Order: sequence, then structure tokens, then C-alpha cells
Amino acid sequence: MAATPPEQRIWWNEPIERVELIWIFIAFLWGLFMFGFMIAWHFIGQQNLSKEAYRIAPTAYEQKVENFAKQFQVREEQGIPVVKPKPGADVYLLARLWQWWPILELEKGQSYRIHLSSIDWQHGFSLQPTNINIQVHPGYEHVISLTPTESGAFGIVCNEFCGIGHHTMTGKIYVTDKKQAAADQRLAEQR
Amino acid sequence: MTAETVIGAVGRQAEFRTCQYTGLKVDTAAQTLIKANAVAAVVFLAIGGLMGLLVALTRWPAVHLLPADWFYLILTGHGANVLLFWIIFFEIAVLYFASAVLLNCRLATPKLAWLGFVLMVVGALMTNVTVLQGDSSVMFTSYPPMQAKPNFYLGIVLFAVGALIGCIIFFATLVIAKEEGTYEGSIPLVTFGALTAAIIAVFTIATGAIILIPTWLWSLGLISDIDPLMYKVVWWAMGHSSQQINVSAHVSLWYLIGALLVGAKPLSEKVSRTAFLMYILFLQLASAHHLLAEPGLDASWKIVNTSYMMYLAVMGSMIHGLTVPGSIEAAQRRNGFNRGVFEWLRKAPWGNPAFSGMFLSLIFFGFIGGISGVVLGTEQLNVLMHNTIYVPGHFHGTVVAGTTLAFMAATYLVLPLIFQREIVWPKLAKIQPYLFGIGAAGISLFMMGAGTLGVARRHWDITFSDANLSFAYSAGAFLMMGLNGIFAVIAAIGGIIFVLVVVGTVLFGEKIESGHKLTFPLHSGGGAVASHYGSEGTVKLPGTIILVGIFFVCFVLYYFINWKYLSELWLFR
Ligand SMILES: [Cu+2]
Repeated sequence: MAATPPEQRIWWNEPIERVELIWIFIAFLWGLFMFGFMIAWHFIGQQNLSKEAYRIAPTAYEQKVENFAKQFQVREEQGIPVVKPKPGADVYLLARLWQWWPILELEKGQSYRIHLSSIDWQHGFSLQPTNINIQVHPGYEHVISLTPTESGAFGIVCNEFCGIGHHTMTGKIYVTDKKQAAADQRLAEQR
Repeated sequence: MTAETVIGAVGRQAEFRTCQYTGLKVDTAAQTLIKANAVAAVVFLAIGGLMGLLVALTRWPAVHLLPADWFYLILTGHGANVLLFWIIFFEIAVLYFASAVLLNCRLATPKLAWLGFVLMVVGALMTNVTVLQGDSSVMFTSYPPMQAKPNFYLGIVLFAVGALIGCIIFFATLVIAKEEGTYEGSIPLVTFGALTAAIIAVFTIATGAIILIPTWLWSLGLISDIDPLMYKVVWWAMGHSSQQINVSAHVSLWYLIGALLVGAKPLSEKVSRTAFLMYILFLQLASAHHLLAEPGLDASWKIVNTSYMMYLAVMGSMIHGLTVPGSIEAAQRRNGFNRGVFEWLRKAPWGNPAFSGMFLSLIFFGFIGGISGVVLGTEQLNVLMHNTIYVPGHFHGTVVAGTTLAFMAATYLVLPLIFQREIVWPKLAKIQPYLFGIGAAGISLFMMGAGTLGVARRHWDITFSDANLSFAYSAGAFLMMGLNGIFAVIAAIGGIIFVLVVVGTVLFGEKIESGHKLTFPLHSGGGAVASHYGSEGTVKLPGTIILVGIFFVCFVLYYFINWKYLSELWLFR
């Protein structure tokens, strides 16, 4: 019994059941495959989280975001600037209690270098309903090359608990498809 | 009851009684400590479970019970009480049982064990009081720069020191048993599993000290800054491995319950023990699994830590996933249930809550907790569910439907064997594992579903009614959260029945005086029946092969479905 000492003193000399051996072999191969697939996705996949990150003081980041917003602001919504950067540009998004700032307007099929950081506590960048979820730290500036593949209005929800107003912490990204045909072609090439 | 006094060659005098069902010698000091830890465990389960129900009723959109501040407070308390206090008190009881009782040995230094117990109780109460006072709603993970009151951290540190003492006493008892020759040959498989749990526990508690003591000093103002990323890397070395203590402990209990109820014997000791060893060697690395969405950590670091090594640990669990039902099938076929592929399973003691709880725990842990854990821990797939309610969905599959259900099942053996009480209200006890298990499986699945649809974890209001910029989750997400609430109520009913049966039995259960047949019988002479079964060439386990085959197909399908979801996201790199 499993609750009593093994009958054979030297239990490691016991034979292994064949069914066990086969299962161990299958489990091992499956593990190897899953390991390999993560590496492979860096080559065949279009969704790999960037490792580009920098240390930055929260105040310095706040300054960068404000400059960025001033430069590209096109209008205002609920007192928050709506910012439309050029395709390929560096885009700054700031997380703070309890807001994602500013509102972004991007173009479908265009790639942007999105910078993410917080100026106070940890927050969670959760783009909805496109389910992309990234952790946001104070003191670390994370840069992600992002290409929207659909147009419309998207929500950013904070999904790292950040205090009593956590559930009010939302943001917005608009994706327009003015250059629809060109965007579709570029996407098709990238896929 | 014959209590004989034995004077040990060294050390204290120990009083023993002989268990009339298993023939094991039980050190009465160990027995009292097992009782104390088990009772404390159930008390914190009751508190933490009630908090869990309040959380689920708040996240049920149609009910939305608590106000926001209370929700975050109760959610913090829920995590601490069930994930730490319930589970670790119970594990200390398991360690004392697997060492002193299974090895026929006296427990090393019971006085020190009581000190450990008192530290754990004081720590658990201190953390609870601090959380209930408010201003410490920092969640179980307590990520800085968000800060709790100093006593929140101090309580957890004291609790951990107490648990560490329990582990040391377990090791010391193993040494005494070896020296005094209280058993022959190697330690039993169940004790071996408990040993892996204890080794992982020491590592876990050490890392916990490395991170929580500075955090405590920081909350006192003695340290100016805690780097949030560094905190997370170290914290998860504790946070994730602490869950591997649970896995080792509950897998040990699966083997124990299989042995005592149907006379199961591991197919081969070598395979089962090696699978436990893999937990020690590889599980610690899996903590990186929580850091896949962090900035500043390298992809290759993430892949190595979460994957290659972790899959060897996953392999450990997959092996137990074969050998546990396999040993039960082998034993049942020896017991005469040899017709067809599944007679062994149909005729298993499903009316015995220890068995039904154990088998449901095995199924749910594998299918829900295990598969979702691997998917969640895959470098790229993690982006789909990081910090969504999928994460609690996954760990309710492992820690509630897996560990907690297995611990409940084991309690139905602890009550007659250690408390020596006949279980009261056997009809309620019979349905309890089903209610709790199905409820827990339901909440896990529906939270995973809602997380796949994007619902954030630890979030008071998925309608965002107070938000400046509005947003709405899909109708499917609301449906999932509603179903989650319904199944939480089912699980809570199962939990309440469990607490009632345990408390009723401890207080009013008929005292077991002579060797009468138990309401929920153990296997008579199971060890002897099964002892020759299991050598190579004799085992035919068609039922188990079909079960693991179904498991494997589910695993592979679900894995690739998630890659499909991922490939449809916006492009990012
Ligand atoms: Cu936030």
C-alpha cells in the first residue's frame, strides 16, 4: 500500500509498467513540443510581447506623455485629449490612479511604437474586446510595436487592482480605416 | 482503547495507542496536534469560504452585493484565509500524520510543535484583524507600491515562522523514526510525497521571508523603497511554490485514500516517487509563469523558466494522473470488479465521501486546473488572460477543486481515525463532495470563460457605471459571471455542509470505542489483497488508458484553440 513501506526494500529496482513507460514518453514528447512551439512562435507568429523596456523616473515619463499629447492632439473628449500620432510614431500612454491618458486615435494596419508606464502604482493594460493584457509598472517604460487589425472604438480596462477607484480606470483607443485598401494589403503581407 | 506507555531510547516519553483499523501506533501527542491543526484549518476555511461567497455574490452582476470598499477588503481576506491559513494548517496536520502516524513513531518535540501552532494562530488572527480594520486591502499578492498596514505583513511572517517550525518537526520525526527503527525499509509513498511537500515548503518560506520582511520594514518606514518588479520576481518564488506544496500534499492524500479505501498500491514505486522528485527539481522555476506580461524580463528567461523545466514538473503531474487511477483500477480488479472496461470505476465506493472527494479532485485538478495552468503559463498565450478572471478560474481549479476537495475527502478519514468519532449525518456527508466539487468546478470553468472574454480579475463593477470613459463587456461575459455566482452558491452549500459535518462530528459524533464497522468503511485487508498486483506484465488497465487518453486529447485541443485565439489578436512584438 501507499501508506506502508514498499515491499521491496530497494524500490528503485522494481520494474516499470509498460503502460507507465508509454505515458511518460508521450508526456515528455508533448512537453518538448510545447517548449519548442513557444520558440517557434517567435518566428512564425505575429504576437510576441516585446522585451524592450527602460528604467524611467515617473515624473520624466509624465513629461514625455504630456509633450506627446500636446504635439498630436486633435480634439478633446470628457476633458481628455484625443491624440492622433503619425503611423510608425512613438506613442505614449500613461497609467495613473484612475485613468488611462490620453485617448489614442490610430489607423488600422499601421504599426505604432506604444510606450506604457505608470506614474504611481502597478496597473494592468487590458485592451478590450481585443483581449491583449500587459502589466504596467511605475519606473519601467515598456515599448511595444502594435498594429491594429480592426477598426472601431476599443476600451482599455485596468486589470491590476490599484485601489478603491480601480473599477473606474478606463481608457480608449479609436482605430480608423481611412486607408482601408492599403491597410488590408499591408496586413496581408505581414501575416 | 489501549494506551500503552513506551519509553523511547532517547528523548521524551511518548504515549501510544494502537489504531484498531490500520494497526498503526499513534502517538497521542501527535494526535492532539493533528486535531488542533485540523480544527484551526476548518475554522479558517469557514471564514475564508464565507468571504469567497460574498465575493462571488458581488461579482454576480444581477446581485452585486457588496459596496466597492468592502468588496476589495473581503477579497483580500478571502485570499489570505483560504489560500494560506486553511491550506497550510491542514498541511501541517498532514505532515504530522505522514511522519509520526504512518511511521509508527513518536513526534519530535511536541512542545515546539505547539509553539509553531500558536505562532500560526497569532499570525493568522493578526492578518485577519488588520484586513478587517481596512487600509490593508492590498489583495493576496500585495504588490508595492501599494501598501498595507505593518501588521498585515507581520501576521503573515509570524504565520510562516510557525509553519516552518512544523516542517522542521516533520524532518526531525523522520530522523527519529529512522534511528529508532520504527519502520522497515523505505518510507511509505505517502510519507515520501509529504517529504517533497515539506522540502518545497522550506524553500517557499525562505523566499517569503526574503521578500516579506523587507516589505514589512518598508511599511514601518524603515526602508524607503521596494522595487515593484524585484518584489514580484521574489514574491512569486514564494507565491507559486506555495501552491506546489499543496499539489504534493494532495497527491499524497490521493494515494493515501486509494490505499485505505480500495487497497490501492502504486503501479511501481519508482515511477510514483520519481514524479514527486520532479516537483522538487522543477516546480520552483514555474513561478515565472506569473511574470510573462511584465516589462523588462527577457523572452528566453521566460521560456526556460515557465516551459522546459516546468513541463518536466507538468510531466510529474501527468504521471500521477495515470498512476493514481491506474493503481485504483488495479486494486479494484483484484477486488473482483474485473468485468468490462469500467466496472472497477462503476463499483468503486462512490458513496464514501473520502473516495468521491478524492476522485473528483483528481479529475478536476487534471482537466481544469492542470490544462489551464499550462495554457496560462505559455509565454505568448499568457497575453490573452494575464490578470483576467481566467487566472482565478485556473487556480480555483487547482486549489479549490483540487487541493481543498482532496483535503475535505481526507477529513472523512481523519475524523474516525484520529478524532475517533463516527461521522454524524452520513447522508449529508455523502452528497457533500459532489456539491462542493461540482460547484468548484463550475466556478473555475465559468471564470475561465469570462476571462477568455476579457473580464478583469479583482474588479468590482464590470458595467463600469462610474467610469469616465464607458466600456461594456459582451453579453456572454455577463452570462459567465452570473453562472459563476450560481455555482459559487452550490460550492458554498457544499462548504457549509462540510463545516457542519466536521463540527458536528467533533462535538457530538459517537465515540469509537471498539472495532466496529465504520459508516464509511475502510478497505479490509486491502494492503494484502493488492500487494502482489502491480508487477510487470500483469497489469491491464484499459479503463485508465481510456481516461488518460481523453485527458490528453482535451489538453492538446485546448492548447491549440488558444493559439488560434492568439493569432487573431492585433499584431504586436
Ligand atoms: Cu489601475
